[in-house]
Amino acid sequence: MVPIEQKIYARWLDAGTRFGLALLVVGFAVYVFGVLDPHVPREELARLWTLPVDHYVAATGAPTGWDWLRHVGKGDYLNFLGIALFASMTIVCYARIVPTLLVEGDRLQGGLAIAQTLILIAAASGVFF
Amino acid sequence: MEWWLWPIALFAITFAMGIVAVLAGVGGGVLFVPIVGAFFPFHLDFVRATGLLIAMTSALSAAPSLLGSGLASLRLAMPLALVGSVTSIAGALVGLALPTGAVQIALGCTILGIAALMWRAGRSAHPEVPRPDALGAALRLHGVYHDPALGRDVSWQVHRTPAAFVAFAGIGVLAGMFGLGAGWANVPAFNLLMGVPLKLSVGTSGMLLSVVDTSAAWVYIHRGAVFPMLVVPSLIGVTLGAKLGARLLRVSSASVVRRIVLAVLVIAGGRALLKGLGI
Repeated sequence: MVPIEQKIYARWLDAGTRFGLALLVVGFAVYVFGVLDPHVPREELARLWTLPVDHYVAATGAPTGWDWLRHVGKGDYLNFLGIALFASMTIVCYARIVPTLLVEGDRLQGGLAIAQTLILIAAASGVFF
Repeated sequence: MEWWLWPIALFAITFAMGIVAVLAGVGGGVLFVPIVGAFFPFHLDFVRATGLLIAMTSALSAAPSLLGSGLASLRLAMPLALVGSVTSIAGALVGLALPTGAVQIALGCTILGIAALMWRAGRSAHPEVPRPDALGAALRLHGVYHDPALGRDVSWQVHRTPAAFVAFAGIGVLAGMFGLGAGWANVPAFNLLMGVPLKLSVGTSGMLLSVVDTSAAWVYIHRGAVFPMLVVPSLIGVTLGAKLGARLLRVSSASVVRRIVLAVLVIAGGRALLKGLGI
């Protein structure tokens, strides 16, 4: 009764979210217990999180776009691995079901899945940034 | 106040939100932005990004079991999520470009509107759909799911699909602009507008939310609006609270909790409106 593409989507999403949650919890523990030095000192946060985002970025030199990858060795930006994984799971799952839909001859839904994948890739690439 | 007290306070409040959200049948995201935006010192840019990430991760975590059991329909979500994800990106871009005061006013009005919608909107467990519309039929938006509570299979089909596209486009804008989870709007749109059975509406709403919020979340991530010190404690708080809320569901009075949520939304929405007006 549950379509095959839906089962595949659920299976991939389940694996991704479990891994993402583990990554988030470990990353946050590393950050909050000071195992890795953060890019922005924790003592400064209470002053900085009251600023609009543009002012915050200017004040701290916080990375924008995908530049956080260059700071992933810092405690705060290590957490972005888990966040980015969560934000990428939908792209992966949609891309995974495209061939299944096309093989089944469901061209309309296949086309929708391709369009959705492209929109999400565009958003993730930072083209709208 | 020491910096480390804020994530602890955030964890405590989001834990409570997680419980209440499940008991009241709303998403945690719709409570997070107005309450934290109104009563915590964080700038609204960071609150909206965090609200969006909470709604996204909660929806992503719940989706596998809903999809696997057939209580959510990927086929139903896909065309509407496509429209919603495009408009949520537009909403996020507009929200980040507008002055904070204007966003506060719009947020206040939206939250008060949500409270009114929750107060007035009815629900129908199994709406009548005498004849599917042409677009819904072309997209093959129909199916059968097994309802364990009824112990039988339930078939469904949809109508008013063009109107639903418009509704989900609007919902996407609001989700992206304010970082709100959109279950409060998705469920009535599926259930009352399209005629989807209530259980399938609730399940599919979460699936659709995960796609729509993912699109807008990338805009906030790229702008640098993500604060792990806000996101992770909130996420863990909402998740653990929701687990406790699910256990309390059997012994709680849904109508009392719903009234409390409505009162909180009115207070938080009113406060956002007053903040935006500089009062």
